[in-house]
Amino acid sequence: MSLVAGGPVIPNFGQGSRCEQTNGWWCTDWLHAHWGDTLQPALVQHVELSAIAVGIGFALALVLALAGFRFRLLDAPIGFFADFLYTIPSLALFQLLVPLTGLTVTTVEIALVSYTLLILYRNMIEGLRAVPTDALEAARGMGLTRFQTLVRVELPLAVPAIVAGLRIASVSTISIATVAAFVIPQGLGNPIFIALRQDLFKTEILAAGGLAVALALTADALLALTQRVLTPWSRA
Amino acid sequence: MVLADDRFRPGTFVDAFRFIGDNAHLLLVKTLEHLELSGAALGIALLLALPLGLWLGHRRRGFFFAASVSNVGRALPSLVLIAFGLTILGFGFWNNTAALVVLAIPPILTNAYFAVAGVDRDVVEAARGMGMSERQVLVQVELPLGLPLVVAGIRISAIFVLATATIAAIAGGGGLGEIIVDQASYGLAGVVAGAFCVSALTLLAAILLGLLRRALSPSPVPTA
Repeated sequence: MSLVAGGPVIPNFGQGSRCEQTNGWWCTDWLHAHWGDTLQPALVQHVELSAIAVGIGFALALVLALAGFRFRLLDAPIGFFADFLYTIPSLALFQLLVPLTGLTVTTVEIALVSYTLLILYRNMIEGLRAVPTDALEAARGMGLTRFQTLVRVELPLAVPAIVAGLRIASVSTISIATVAAFVIPQGLGNPIFIALRQDLFKTEILAAGGLAVALALTADALLALTQRVLTPWSRA
Repeated sequence: MVLADDRFRPGTFVDAFRFIGDNAHLLLVKTLEHLELSGAALGIALLLALPLGLWLGHRRRGFFFAASVSNVGRALPSLVLIAFGLTILGFGFWNNTAALVVLAIPPILTNAYFAVAGVDRDVVEAARGMGMSERQVLVQVELPLGLPLVVAGIRISAIFVLATATIAAIAGGGGLGEIIVDQASYGLAGVVAGAFCVSALTLLAAILLGLLRRALSPSPVPTA
């Protein structure tokens, strides 16, 4: 059984405009009427879900990357574990967590954070390792301690790689967060699931899906801009 | 929508393993369905994306195109693709295959492009100097050198496709996802069992393609 199959679906187009009754591709009047009560709240929830996940993922990946950078032995196991998490399908991971954390935001966030780790970790490690030896020698020559070198030389020089990872992680988190609606009725996936069950209401699917794509592209552009601001030296 | 109850229930995992033992046949049938859908999508995506990516990479043209395809591809949520496929093509096998193909193309195309375009130019020039035709340069020089990266792209696509084929169950795609989205029939234990199986399947595919990539990588040549 699936969400849209099974039994005659009660037509949900008995009321509303002509466009809604005929399940049109783009019903402007429906969009006007339901922006405030459906699409806008879903968009805001989606931004929240994704931002929390990327934030926690970033902090976690940074700690792991610093550990893996400092102690090379840890690198392979951390990378393998992150790769393992990344491989598990999102819908499956959500369901595997339900017996432990229930139908809650926690379940969704644990899964979303897991998917950010691989990309963030890999990019951070590679960014840190790519710091030119000349820069490190110069730092040592200036008498910087190991910690000072990390904070003042290595991390700033790794910023482009780190932000590149952040861009990919944000875009994929926004994308995967649509599936979260399967566990909790939040985010842009929710109107899509509702529309799938209500006789495939096309306008709602297209509008919510379009918003998700637009959100991902906007996040990507904003982070690209951040990178330019943070690394003025690479602009020359 | 799932109707799991909200309590902490680690015992479900034990029930899930019992479910796997009791329903081995069902799970096998669903796994084969899953592989059929994913295989079809991955096959079509390979036929479309691999030649295009290799050719563009060989000509070293379309850098912007190859890079944007991967960016835009990543921004397309799988659920949205499945839902779009359903609205445009209706219910069944092909809407899901089409959605999965769209999802599988970007990593294959982009990796094929950069695998070939990234081959050392001196090597390519040397091959031309030896009198190789463009086709021979691509097939005998660039492709073998770029193969690990090509396989890496196929591996990412395979992971995406197997994962999204799970979601395709909401659009009549069949496969293991059908168990995962149907708690009413299979119970939470069945849902968790389905999730186990699909995770194992994806991991297996990832490991096998990872090993293939490693096997194809040239062994490091001592520089001294």
